[in-house]
Amino acid sequence: MGTKVQTINSDFDLENGIKYTSPLILELQNLKKVYPTPKGDYVVLENLNLQIKKEEFVTIIGHSGCGKTTALSMIAGLIPTSDGKISVSGNPIKGPGPDRGVIFQSPSLMPWLTAMENVMLGVRQVFPHANNKEREAICKYYLSKVGLEGSFHKKPAELSQGMQQRVGIARAFAIKPKILLLDEPFGMLDSLTRGELQDVLIDIWNKEKITAVMITHDVDEAIFLADRVVMMTSGPSAKIGDILNIEFNRPRNRKTIIEHSDYYKYRKHLIDFLEH
Amino acid sequence: MSDKLIKLVRFIGLGFLEPIIRLSKGEETKKNITLILKKIVAPLASILLFLLIWQQGSDALFNIEANYRIEKAFKEQGQEAADEMKLCIESGAIKCQPNTFPTPSQVKYSFYSLLKDHKIINADKKAFIEKTAELNKQRKKAGKKSLVYTGRPSFVDQIGTSLKTVFAGFLLAIFIAVPTGVVIGLSETLRSSINWIIQIFKPVSPVVWLLLVFMVVKTITKDSDIDSSFIISFISVGLCSMWATLVNTVMGVSTVDKDIINVAKVLKLGPVQKVFKVVLPSSLPLIFTGLRITLSVAWMVLIAIELLAQSPGLGSFVWEEFQNGANDSNSKIIVAMFVIGIIGFLLDRVMLTIQKFVSFNKN
Repeated sequence: MGTKVQTINSDFDLENGIKYTSPLILELQNLKKVYPTPKGDYVVLENLNLQIKKEEFVTIIGHSGCGKTTALSMIAGLIPTSDGKISVSGNPIKGPGPDRGVIFQSPSLMPWLTAMENVMLGVRQVFPHANNKEREAICKYYLSKVGLEGSFHKKPAELSQGMQQRVGIARAFAIKPKILLLDEPFGMLDSLTRGELQDVLIDIWNKEKITAVMITHDVDEAIFLADRVVMMTSGPSAKIGDILNIEFNRPRNRKTIIEHSDYYKYRKHLIDFLEH
Repeated sequence: MSDKLIKLVRFIGLGFLEPIIRLSKGEETKKNITLILKKIVAPLASILLFLLIWQQGSDALFNIEANYRIEKAFKEQGQEAADEMKLCIESGAIKCQPNTFPTPSQVKYSFYSLLKDHKIINADKKAFIEKTAELNKQRKKAGKKSLVYTGRPSFVDQIGTSLKTVFAGFLLAIFIAVPTGVVIGLSETLRSSINWIIQIFKPVSPVVWLLLVFMVVKTITKDSDIDSSFIISFISVGLCSMWATLVNTVMGVSTVDKDIINVAKVLKLGPVQKVFKVVLPSSLPLIFTGLRITLSVAWMVLIAIELLAQSPGLGSFVWEEFQNGANDSNSKIIVAMFVIGIIGFLLDRVMLTIQKFVSFNKN
């Protein structure tokens, strides 16, 4: 597959998603992860190469246990790589940092803090020179953006799981990361709430245009959100099997996308890969 | 209004009063009457049953003792003396009452007599203070120590002393166990290197702690005239009871939710911020569970420690009564037992309420 394609929201040429003439923001080179086991080393990932450019939304899809979360955790800097290089804007990463915001699978809110305080925790860290009023305004802005106007001062225990994940989204966007990493953020939600949260996510993303890498199990979610869908082969030694460009216009609307003739083409492509 | 009241009684651990409040408002009559039967009538019935068994048991013990005395009189002095002894026991005269397990009514009587005794001693103390007020002023002017009441403490005073000792010990346990636990919990190296101390000292008996503390405090307070028995007993109480808090703090700190730690890492919180904003708050519920255990252990070992350390309090009260062997000593010991139990229960309730307050899932 060496076809040249064009994405909608930019004019950069892509060749199978690998060669760019555009500013790269995230680059993975020969990424490898090995876990030692009593029976010898277990290679989770090998030869993982991926280049992601600014303001791109990439979803990674693959079977459970193929190492998607491992790859994302390495990008976040939460676990060390065994080999290979991860660079953000050309600089190799050194551990975790607020330039790469993460939305985890579970909301991971501090249960003793209110929604507002949870968002504030990051904001205070990233905007040390802002005064309290400005910080509060930032928190309130993002919490409102995810539809939590009435719940600023509620504790996580008082919020539904979907609402907690909304706080998680607000917290990630509020620290203005260069790259947003999403580890199956809607995996634990029922399908109705999932749809709602996809809309919330894409609305706020349309405004902020933060480069995003998202792991998902859900084919429809992958197509609806992404500019490119990265398909990973099953482990051990998982790598990128195929990349699919999704060329729907942005801002996207769920209804028009589902009715679009290309939608089923994309869907078939992904399902064929996953069932292969 | 009634909702607020219900919330309040639930919060202070008197949730069983809820159906009465609801019934008085006329809500769901049938359901609330069943609830009252379950939550109030049934426990009351069990108390009555308890008293009944107690009464029967102590009657049986009394009869064994009484028969023994009558038989002994018969064997040694013949039929006439036996009849006399029987009459004497039946008349309830103190001189021939066998000393055995007291009945509930005797215990109740002793309770009132202890309260009366407290009033008498209190009045005595007041009179003493009034009497010596003038004298003490002069002594103070002259640079001498003022006179203090040195009479026998009443039962209520002993309770006060015991509570004071237990709280001093509890505070000591908090100040040692929580910071140490946090430090140990944060570092895996420290945890594995110090673990043996915890494992060895945790099961050490209160008596041994008392002796250890005694050895140290005796030497340290050699030249001073401070009341070392109080110091010894509260330090021993603290050292005995702190282990639950220490272990729980270590566990709480070392098992903070991995996701939350990851959030802290992504936000690049500094070490101080990480401890105070993430680790401590998230281990607070476990720490408080530990503190609750610590307080109940402290109260439990206190009695034994006071008994041995000769420090005033409920423990020495029990021991003195036992040594005393007077006619109402046994029932006074039972009174002390109930007071100890009820205070322990109340302390636990207080801690439970605080624990509820710091836990995250209030529903």
